Parts: sequence; structure tokens; C-alpha cells
Amino acid sequence: MSSVTATATSVPRTVSRRRWDTGKVIRETLFYLAVVVVVLVALFPFYWILRTSLLSNYQVSQGVGGANGVIPSHLSFSAWENVFTQDGFLTPLRNSLIVALACTAVTVVVASIAGYALARLKIRGVAAILGFILLAGFFPVLAMIGPLFLLMRHLDLLDNIYPLIIIYTVYTLPISTWLLKNFFEQIPAELEDAALTDGATRLQVLRKVVIPVAVPGVFTAAILSFILAWNDFTFAVSFLTSLNKFTAPLAITTYGESQFQVFYNLIDAAVVIISIPIALIVLFAQRRIVSGLTAGSFR
Amino acid sequence: MAAEAKEVTGRPASAGRPVRRRGPAPVGHARERTDRRLGYLLVAPVLVLLLAVTAYPLVFNLWNSFHNDNLTFANAPHNFVGLQNYRTALTTAGWVASLERTLIFTAVTIVFDVVVGLALALMLHRNFRGRGLLRAAVLIPWAVPTVVSAMLWKTMFDPRTGFVDYFLGAFHPAWSSLTWLNASVARSWVAIFVADSWKNIPFVAIILLAGLQVIPKDVYEAAKIDGASWWQSFRRVTLPMLRPALSVALIFRTLQALLVFDVVYVMTGGGPGTSTQVLAYLNFKYFIINTDFGVGGAMSIMLIVLALIVSAIYVRTFRPQASG
Repeated sequence: MSSVTATATSVPRTVSRRRWDTGKVIRETLFYLAVVVVVLVALFPFYWILRTSLLSNYQVSQGVGGANGVIPSHLSFSAWENVFTQDGFLTPLRNSLIVALACTAVTVVVASIAGYALARLKIRGVAAILGFILLAGFFPVLAMIGPLFLLMRHLDLLDNIYPLIIIYTVYTLPISTWLLKNFFEQIPAELEDAALTDGATRLQVLRKVVIPVAVPGVFTAAILSFILAWNDFTFAVSFLTSLNKFTAPLAITTYGESQFQVFYNLIDAAVVIISIPIALIVLFAQRRIVSGLTAGSFR
Repeated sequence: MAAEAKEVTGRPASAGRPVRRRGPAPVGHARERTDRRLGYLLVAPVLVLLLAVTAYPLVFNLWNSFHNDNLTFANAPHNFVGLQNYRTALTTAGWVASLERTLIFTAVTIVFDVVVGLALALMLHRNFRGRGLLRAAVLIPWAVPTVVSAMLWKTMFDPRTGFVDYFLGAFHPAWSSLTWLNASVARSWVAIFVADSWKNIPFVAIILLAGLQVIPKDVYEAAKIDGASWWQSFRRVTLPMLRPALSVALIFRTLQALLVFDVVYVMTGGGPGTSTQVLAYLNFKYFIINTDFGVGGAMSIMLIVLALIVSAIYVRTFRPQASG
């Protein structure tokens, strides 16, 4: 590994052509071996749930091994058929989509205008406001459960997915506001100044000049917000009680369990489905996620 | 670091603004005043929302923690009970035992996660074929819901459907058909630990990777010219310059681990017995299952104080010093 920085900066090909360096070959081999191990540890469990989801009920009841080893001899789509024909998982999936998308929309609007104000408008107490937003992001979620439960019980809002849209902003707003504030700070102010000099108002500038330039930042905030809102379990398990109100992460914890048997193929089909949107987002937007995560947490 | 670069672009922006301006637009101080008024208006929604979900519960918990409020006895008056709820939490409710468990879990987890996360970050920092694949493979476990990682590992540790038992049995027949969850305390913790680390190490790796990327290359060149070995430049250059990123990763992980809930709820439900009942789970139990908002409130206040102490360290080390 001593050549890490050297290979990154100099031209490695000419060096390796000139002479055969045994130490380097061993190091390279070990490195790629480590990469393979990491990829396996990260992804093999996903292969395994996909595999289990494609087993029949009978195969699941037989346990692992023999014809049902790492690569099973028979595949069956019965679990997938069940997931898509019965209502037990589709309704929670729809609930989750509604809540996560609505929360993302609220977050993007609220965090954008706040981020802009914090970056540009010279309000007093910016440091205190940013500090509070950061602290709110660290507030223990479990400590909110009790009071919010009582409040929602009082307002007759328990077992209802819509309040979650507001509650989930505690996950999404802190990181999004910080991220967008940093993003707006990086946009050169000359553009805005030109427009302001031409007599445009701040709101016009925000709408016509800043927002179009800020689309990448807003998009990053939206992706992170969607992932964070999609992933909640704590609030859902505390406030939702009927099956048709469950969000998807809550639903998979009770899904596939009958009185007599646990249908792991059903559970795993649901686990695969719930992971698919997230996996797609990661594959298409990994650079954005990485930059967003680090911009939101550094400084 | 990135912060400095932003400072440089940020400063002339604010410095060069209020000078030349004609026409209908307000000038100088007037402009600043209208700007500021608009600024408060734009910041208001985020503050209202975050106060509603944090300050309101904080105050209500504080009030509840000194009063009797249990839905099981809904008709009982909400009397002032002094420190009774705190006393209950600390004695009969088993808060102290939960605190011990949580602290041990946190200590083990963050050390392990940071060490492995750093190794992963070093791998990701290198330029090689298949780096994109590695990054995606690492990000996916982080991005899926905690419940998914918990359900997934619950399935994997189940001897009837998982691969853990299948592979262990191949190595060592006596190890096969072990029930992991809710059978033995140690094995339950191992399963929780695996599920939690599998999901969270990627986060540590990404934060540390960002830290590695802002270390200027010429520092390494200089170290190399001075004849430093890889280990020496790692110890003397990488680690010290990685300190900010390391602290961020540590503090995030510390808070997450102190408040661990989803994994425990899904995998063991606090069992066997109460042996994996962590602070957050105990608090959940008092709020939602026992509907005792007095004792639960006291537990929440103690949890908040704990989190505050940790965050205070963070805010102190990384005070936002940009605009003020």
C-alpha cells in the first residue's frame, strides 16, 4: 500500500512495464482481494434475500441445504405473486411513498428559502440559528415520542399517516438546511447583484436567478430527504396501529408471519421491494449523495 | 479544507454588494433592512417546524417528568409528584442497567466502526478500476432502512433460512443449528452488532473519505521525499489531518449508537429477558406499551441530557465559524 499516493500521481504503466516488482504484485493482489471481500460482505446478504424470496413455501419449510443451498435448484415466483396480489404490502408501500414524497417536497421548499436567507440576507444571529438547527438534528427521536403521542391522541391524529409528513422533517430539515446554506454560499453573488441593480426585488432574484442555479443542490437535498423519510421506523411503530395505515418499513416487521409459520420468502420479497427504490437512487446519484452527506456534516 | 475555499468565494460576495446601486432598488442600509426582514420571514418556517418537533416535546417531557400521567389510570389526577418518576426510572424500571448496556454497546461499536470505516475509506480513496462498484456496494447498506438491515440479518441468523448457520455448519458441525436471537445473550448482541455495523460503517467510511480527499497531495510528496514509509506518513500526516473528519464521524456514530432502537426492536425486542434492552427501547416501552408518560418523560429528559453532553462536545469542537 506504500505506493498508493505514488500510483495516483505518477504514471504507473511505464513503471510496471520496466520491471517485475514482486512486492507490488502481492500488494495489488491483497488489495483487490480486500475489495472483493468488502463487496461480498455488502451485497451477499441482498443476494440471499433475493434467493429466499424466489423459493416456494415448501422449500422454505425445508430449511437451507441440499437442493436449497446457496443456489437453489428450483425457483418459484409464488411469494412475489402474493406480494403483488394481496393488499398486505402494497398499501403500506403506497403510504410510504406518499409520506416520503410529501416530506421531501416540504423539506426542499423550507430548507431552500432558509438556506438562502442564512447564506445571503445578513440576518442577525445566523450562528445561533445554525447551531439550533444542528442540535435539533441530534435531538433524541425517542424523547419526542411521548409528548407527540399525547398531542396526536388529543387531536385524534393517531393512526394517521399525514402527521408523519411534518414529524419526519426532524430527520430531513437539519441536514438539508445546512447543505443548501453551504451551497448558496458557493454561488457567486455577482449574478444576484446584477439583477438587484436592475431593480429586481429579492424574491424575484430568488425565483429567477438563484433557484435555477441552485438546482443541483436542491436535488441533492431532495435525494437525502427522501432516503431519510423513507427509512423511518421509530415514529411509525409508535403512532400507527392498523395494518392499512402502516408504512412499508413497519409493515415488513409483521409481514409474512402467520399463526403457524413464518413465510420468509414473503418477508424477503417485501424486503427486496422496499430496498429497490433506495438501491436505484444510490446507483444513479452516488456522487451527489456522497457530496451531500459530507457537505451537510462537515463544518 | 473545503471550508476555506468557501470562505474565499463567500467573502467578496458580501463585501462587494451594497456599493453601487441606482434606480428604484433600495440603497445601502435600506436594502439591508428590507433584506433582513425578508430573511427572518424565510428562516421562520424551518425554525417553527423544528421547534414544534423538539422544543415542544422537551418542555412537555420536563413537565410530565414531575407529574403523574399514566393512560392506564386515565382517571387519576395529574398530580405533582416531585422526583418520584426519576426515582422509579433509576430503581425499579432498570434505567441504570440499560444505560450500562447502551454505553458498552456504544463503546464497542464506535471503535470497531471507525477502525473498519477508516480502512474502507483508504480503499475508496485509491484510484483503481472498479472504484465506482465498490462505492455503490458500500453505499447501499447505508441507504436502505435500518429495519431492512435488521430484518435481513434476522433472517440470516435464523438457522432455518439464513446463511450464517449454513456456512458455520460447513466449517464446524458442532456450531450448526445455533439459535442466535433471543436464545443466548452474547449471540443476541453479536447479531445486533453485526446488523448495526453493516449498516453504519459505510457512513463512517464516506465521512472519512471526504476527509482524506481534502488532504493536499504535496504533503505526502514532501513526506515521501523525506523518506517516510507508508506507515510513517499514515501516522504523521494522514491521522492528524484527518482529525476533523474523524471527530465528525465519531460524534455522529456515538449519538446514533446511544440512541439505537430499530435494530433492537426488530431483532430481539429487548430479549432474551431484558438483556438487550437499550435506553431507547426502554423509553419506548414506557411510552407506548406502558403508556406511563411520567416515568417515560423522566427517562427522555435523562436521554436528552446524555445526548446534549455529547453534542456539546461536538459543537464546541466544530463551532460553525463561517458567517456570524
